[in-house]
Amino acid sequence: MSHFPEDPKDSSEPKSLGQQAKDWIEFRLPIFKLLDSAVGSYPAPKNLNYWWNFGSLAGVCLVIQLLTGIFLAMHYTAHSTMAFDSVENIMRNVNYGWLMRYMHAVAASMFFVMVYIHIFRNLYYGSYKYPRELLWWIGIVILLVMMATAFMGYVLPWGQMSFWGATVITSLFGAFPVVGPYIVTWLWGGYSVDNPTLNRFYALHFLLPFVLVGIVVIHIWALHQHGSNNPTGVDVKTKKDTVPFNPFYTIKDLFGIGVFLFIFSYIVFFAPNMLGDPDNYIPANPMVTPSHIVPEWYFLPFYAILRAVPDKLGGVLSMFGAIILLFFLPWLDSSPVRSARYRPWFKWAFWGLVIDCFALGYLGGKPPEGNFILLGRIATLYYFFHFLVLVPLIGRFEKPLPIPESISAAEISVKPEFKG
Amino acid sequence: MLRNLSVLTALALCVFLNTAASARADETEHPKQLAWPFNGMTGYVDKAAAQRGFQVYSNICSNCHSMNRIAYRNLLDIGFSENEVKALAASKLVADFDDKGQAIMRPGKLSDNLVAPFPNEDAARAAHDGAYPPDLSLIVKARHGGGDYVYSILTGFTTAPADEKPVANKYYNPYYPNHWISMPPPLASEGMVTYQDGTPATVDQMAKDVVVYLQWAAEPEMEARKQLGLKVLIFLGIFTTLLYLAKRRIWRNVKH
Repeated sequence: MSHFPEDPKDSSEPKSLGQQAKDWIEFRLPIFKLLDSAVGSYPAPKNLNYWWNFGSLAGVCLVIQLLTGIFLAMHYTAHSTMAFDSVENIMRNVNYGWLMRYMHAVAASMFFVMVYIHIFRNLYYGSYKYPRELLWWIGIVILLVMMATAFMGYVLPWGQMSFWGATVITSLFGAFPVVGPYIVTWLWGGYSVDNPTLNRFYALHFLLPFVLVGIVVIHIWALHQHGSNNPTGVDVKTKKDTVPFNPFYTIKDLFGIGVFLFIFSYIVFFAPNMLGDPDNYIPANPMVTPSHIVPEWYFLPFYAILRAVPDKLGGVLSMFGAIILLFFLPWLDSSPVRSARYRPWFKWAFWGLVIDCFALGYLGGKPPEGNFILLGRIATLYYFFHFLVLVPLIGRFEKPLPIPESISAAEISVKPEFKG
Repeated sequence: MLRNLSVLTALALCVFLNTAASARADETEHPKQLAWPFNGMTGYVDKAAAQRGFQVYSNICSNCHSMNRIAYRNLLDIGFSENEVKALAASKLVADFDDKGQAIMRPGKLSDNLVAPFPNEDAARAAHDGAYPPDLSLIVKARHGGGDYVYSILTGFTTAPADEKPVANKYYNPYYPNHWISMPPPLASEGMVTYQDGTPATVDQMAKDVVVYLQWAAEPEMEARKQLGLKVLIFLGIFTTLLYLAKRRIWRNVKH
């Protein structure tokens, strides 16, 4: 007896032409089964709230970036004497070039908004815990690749902030003892940020999004192994706890995408430069340093951590450490309870962290002088205090609230919060 | 819980805003805020003002400032007729090569960019004590405050307060970072241009008109962008409402 499926052409039942074509393909490449198990009958917890929409929204941002990016690449020139002009040519002379470029710039910001909300949702509901640790790790890798891609993309228009941002961030690697200066020269492809730097950043900015697509596929693969966490944090027990992904979450995700596109379009059409820096409309000039060099808003919390440490190497290590730390979170958090709904102390700590991250973002955009320095240091210390002290201690000493038997059992006892 | 949070946030904000205020006391004056016709979701290019603004640019600003990203053909967008623009372009001399490869100066064409006052940056600096008058094509997008900032600079020249030490060859303007700017007041007195449409050329009027022109030059797609944006938002508003209703209907029998 062969373990291969039976060839559908051998079956005698009457079939429509469409069904025959589908069977013909499925016998050779089981793509419909794959689709069905991914977004079809795939069982998802029925109690997911709207905070669970942000994964698909991040995916939408990635698709927007790939599509608009391809068209921009057709008109962009990666050369230090021509890059700025080619971007202005896109804005002024390419048909709907302004739309492609503004969509690309705004969706980059929106991508970070979606991913940051996705991460905070994860933290609140304890999605990083057993058995989803690897899923969480892959997510952090996605964040790191996104950051590298966004940073290099911001350099491409070759405006003042592109150039000086690139200079400041690449110089950070010079902080490492002995090898630092060699690394920086190697990164630059010379002795300053110049044409070779621009060329390699363009090549990598084109490559990395496709790498990102690959990692996202692995992220979703790992997600489907144990399925989504849910607001109760309680495992799915029976079929009664779930609904099939299609149509329930396809329509809910589509509605989320509609709301997202509305907000996204408002920014693209009416405030496209809201999230950018005016200095980047000044062509790059290695002889003139802008009075205040700031990275894009989505890097500001990390920039604040970088500047909070008086020592350059210490600052660099703290900044990278702030993300690397997240890899250890599943073991730093000793509480077996996932959802903050049933963790009265952790809930407070979570909101403390949210406020701290906003504070870091605000301080990262301020000049490092006066009270800003002190506040930056307090906020930085608190960030590490949260993960290294609060989270382990709360897990040990907190008394969790009674946890429902199952998702279905939770319906009666729990007050709805932001439900869909 | 939520109330406590908002109190905390408010407190934190107060601390931040206080430090912000104390750190910025002696800094640049905030630009005056005007209700420009190009502001808002239905913002448009006031073509009459943009044409007057172009006249101000041609007669005054263009003595020092280039606008390299604007072609003569672009001026059709602000309502000049083709004959007017052709005549204007033809009145300028553009460096080119003839078909024997010899350098020549020929009359401008619609496809030429606005002729710059200086051949390059060094020549511009040499004529201005080392200061470089920036290209104005993107000036409105390239400055914090945009059109408000440009207007404030143009109308903000004043005598320096006693505690500000004068800088040689620079002029006092509280809206400029560090307050001392190399540009002499360009709109020094009323009537520096005679508007073709008869509008009285007060300093304020000239400043406003040139800002409308410069804003158009910085983002010539603005009007088309906003008009398309309204259509997109109306479509998405209806489409998203339908998606919401579909979602409600599909989920109506699920207890969750």
